Amino acid sequence: MTAPHPDQWPLWEVFTQAKGGAPHEHAGSVHAPDAELALQNARDTYARRGEAVSIWVVPSAAITASSPEEAGPFFDPGNDKPYRHPQFYKVPKGGPRD
Amino acid sequence: MSSALFQYALRLGDDRLILGHRLSEWCGHGPVLEEDIAIANIALDLIGQATLFLKLAGEVEGQGRDEDALAYWREETEFRNLQLCELPRGDFGFTVVRQFLFDAWSFHLLEALGRSSHGKLAAIAAKAHKETRYHLRHSSEWMLRLGDGTEESRGRMQAALDELWPWTGEFSYQDEVDRALHAEGVVPDLAPLVAPWEVMARDVMARATLAIPPGPMRMAGGRFGRHTEHLGHLLAEMQIVARSHPGARW
Repeated sequence: MTAPHPDQWPLWEVFTQAKGGAPHEHAGSVHAPDAELALQNARDTYARRGEAVSIWVVPSAAITASSPEEAGPFFDPGNDKPYRHPQFYKVPKGGPRD
Repeated sequence: MSSALFQYALRLGDDRLILGHRLSEWCGHGPVLEEDIAIANIALDLIGQATLFLKLAGEVEGQGRDEDALAYWREETEFRNLQLCELPRGDFGFTVVRQFLFDAWSFHLLEALGRSSHGKLAAIAAKAHKETRYHLRHSSEWMLRLGDGTEESRGRMQAALDELWPWTGEFSYQDEVDRALHAEGVVPDLAPLVAPWEVMARDVMARATLAIPPGPMRMAGGRFGRHTEHLGHLLAEMQIVARSHPGARW
């Protein structure tokens, strides 16, 4: 992880919810000195045109991410096992992923 | 009533037009990118509110002037904004303190104006009040962080407050315009709004470890067209494009 610049506020990841019941999705990030201002900055940066009904902010440092160098061993084993994919079933239309 | 309502709508519209313009001067110069966007947002809200109030003023006047004509083709002495709104933006601390004082006053004024017997005025006030609640939240948070911050930030905030506090005396200025409209239930009496505004302001200042300066309030002037030397310069910049290219469209 990159060390924060000493003159910069901590980074926060922003998740916005487009409508009630929808998942919160990653929208981007903002700098802010604390959670309340992170929420306000997120509102002004990612929801000022009415894009969201709810916002989460999370300190970026609190996120544990998989490592890009390990992507091969981490993800590839899932790609060659067709029996793990429910592709023999008809997926009903109108689900959240349509 | 219509001439009083025209004046009243100009007052509230001009407050927001001029303060919105002052805030817009921060665009591209904010202390950090996120705050740059936040200030520009608030500026746009205020200019949007000004549009509604000035449009109403033009309709009430009935002389064919729309909100653009009122914003760009009036002279300095025809503007009715509070002098506090036209003061140069200063440093970020000055901008925050002014915004907080104005937001806290707007919060109370617009809430009361939302109960106006004049449907359109009540609707504009209700919309503006909703926006103002967010502006107030934003400026209050900055008051706390910069007031109760470093020695440097606290010093700047206290200096800004010492400079700005006397100008707030104009918030509750009332004359025959207010009295005529108040008698008909169109606008609220401003006097009872002063105490709750001051309670709110003192509460935030106390938590921000800032001291309210003693001393007299300044004379009112903006409501009848008397302004500081700063308004003329602001208008020159704000109006030059409209006046250089009358009726231009893009």
